[in-house]
Amino acid sequence: MNLESFLSQTARSIPASAIRRFFDMASEMKGQVISLSIGEPDFVTPWSIRDAGIYSLEQGHTHYSPNAGLLALREAICAYMKRRFQLSYDPRTETVVTVGGSEAIDLLVRSVINPGDEVIIPEPCFVAYKACVSLAGGVPVPVALRAEQDFKLKPEQLAEAITPRTKLLMLGYPNNPTGAVLSKDEVIALAQVLEDKPILVLSDELYAELTYSPSRHFSIAALPGMKDRTVVVNGFSKAFAMTGWRIGYACGPAPLIAAMNKIHQYAIMCSPSTSQEAAIEALRDPESLVSPMRDAYDQRRRLVVSACRHAGLPCFEPLGAFYVFPDIRVTGLSSNDFCEHFLREEKVAIVPGNAFGESGEGFVRISCAASVDNIREAMARLARFVERRRSHA
Amino acid sequence: METREKILQLLEENARLSIDELAVMTGLDAGTVARTVAQLEADNVILGYSAAVNWEKTSLDPVTALIEVRVTPQRDQGFDHIARRIYRFPQVKSCYLMSGGFDLMVIVEDTSLKAVAQFVSEKIAPLDSVLSTQTHFILKKYKMNGLEFDVRNGDDREAVVL
Repeated sequence: MNLESFLSQTARSIPASAIRRFFDMASEMKGQVISLSIGEPDFVTPWSIRDAGIYSLEQGHTHYSPNAGLLALREAICAYMKRRFQLSYDPRTETVVTVGGSEAIDLLVRSVINPGDEVIIPEPCFVAYKACVSLAGGVPVPVALRAEQDFKLKPEQLAEAITPRTKLLMLGYPNNPTGAVLSKDEVIALAQVLEDKPILVLSDELYAELTYSPSRHFSIAALPGMKDRTVVVNGFSKAFAMTGWRIGYACGPAPLIAAMNKIHQYAIMCSPSTSQEAAIEALRDPESLVSPMRDAYDQRRRLVVSACRHAGLPCFEPLGAFYVFPDIRVTGLSSNDFCEHFLREEKVAIVPGNAFGESGEGFVRISCAASVDNIREAMARLARFVERRRSHA
Repeated sequence: METREKILQLLEENARLSIDELAVMTGLDAGTVARTVAQLEADNVILGYSAAVNWEKTSLDPVTALIEVRVTPQRDQGFDHIARRIYRFPQVKSCYLMSGGFDLMVIVEDTSLKAVAQFVSEKIAPLDSVLSTQTHFILKKYKMNGLEFDVRNGDDREAVVL
């Protein structure tokens, strides 16, 4: 029986990743290489959070929670959103706890997209946006962001991408993979473009806690008029080093959250109870848990940016997230070739920029979520590699 | 945080960072960092740079003991004089004045149980102002100066995650 023929049009329509070969190579070499290719903190979840998870299991809290998540957690999330980002939401009707931020993205897209609806996706960006839109039958409309504009979405670009079929804008700042952030003024300028148009915004704020002085995250939902058309997606993975717990959330207008919760209820039921109780602990004193990790990423990011520039790779200064996104075009290599050769010759894994959209071609993503010793060694190898390639080119 | 404190935090965690690396990581210029570190050394804020060693994994495996010492403070000198008489011995790795049931906490390291016992009975207990001593030997070290002894090395995360 040919099982391939059973696959749905939708499943077939999702392209296999353009950099599959690189992934396979990197996986094979796991353990022998320094990896700066991972989009997750190298820190283990802070002990107080792990302890709360263990306690929850000890108490036998092993049952389903309400679909939208434990009310105590939703209340803690809303209090945190208010305190930290000046966003007020009702924990009962405007908040849903999800299996990571990724599920929240999928839920919103499925809740609002009809076949043919267009979704504006500024690229380079998190890889799931495009796939989620395609799975829902929507049409991804990529907008290419450039290093010269600091990878920020400009109001003109947004205006140009809008058509009568546009339904949703994916706004992912602080950005994975570029580390770009938007200032309050820049967010206001984008909001003005959307003002008189029936377009929703998904604001992916997973990295909101990880911004570096002098910048500070400003949510588009904090603007008057934007809150009732924006769903904010956030989670515990990046800020609290909780990737494996799979816990995130979405806050937004009640009708949208209700639709998301309906899909969530059938597809997922609820997020893991253990993770939810651990997340409550994370929100008890978030700043004391986040700030040592934020400081460490800040120091490492400076090391990596400085090393890239010394190696002769032009490099935009990331003010958020924990990635550095240097321009590798001086070597004459494509992103994919650069990463494959670097992996093979110098045993360091980083990610080709085109994995995050075509406009990422010519760039690579280096993760700062690794120890200073590993970063130091990897950067010495990078300098050596670039030197060798430039003398070839 | 002040410049000094930023540099100190980084060095306390990893004393092998170079002046240039410290400069990059803090966003200060290398000249400022070099001058600050020199001043911190001159002021005895930085007392030294040492490696954190797990001696249990070596052929040397010294014995460590915590000794609670009760003493009579001396006129005009308080506890400082007697403390100094004790901590000057090279076997004494740390010495603290404590609140509570005893006065000085003395951490002694020596080659054997016997050597420690001998040191206490011959050098500390007979001192005039020492009223009593109580020796506790360390059986196993789990964590020291913020470092855990059973750390796993290596990165067990997946190879590539976007």
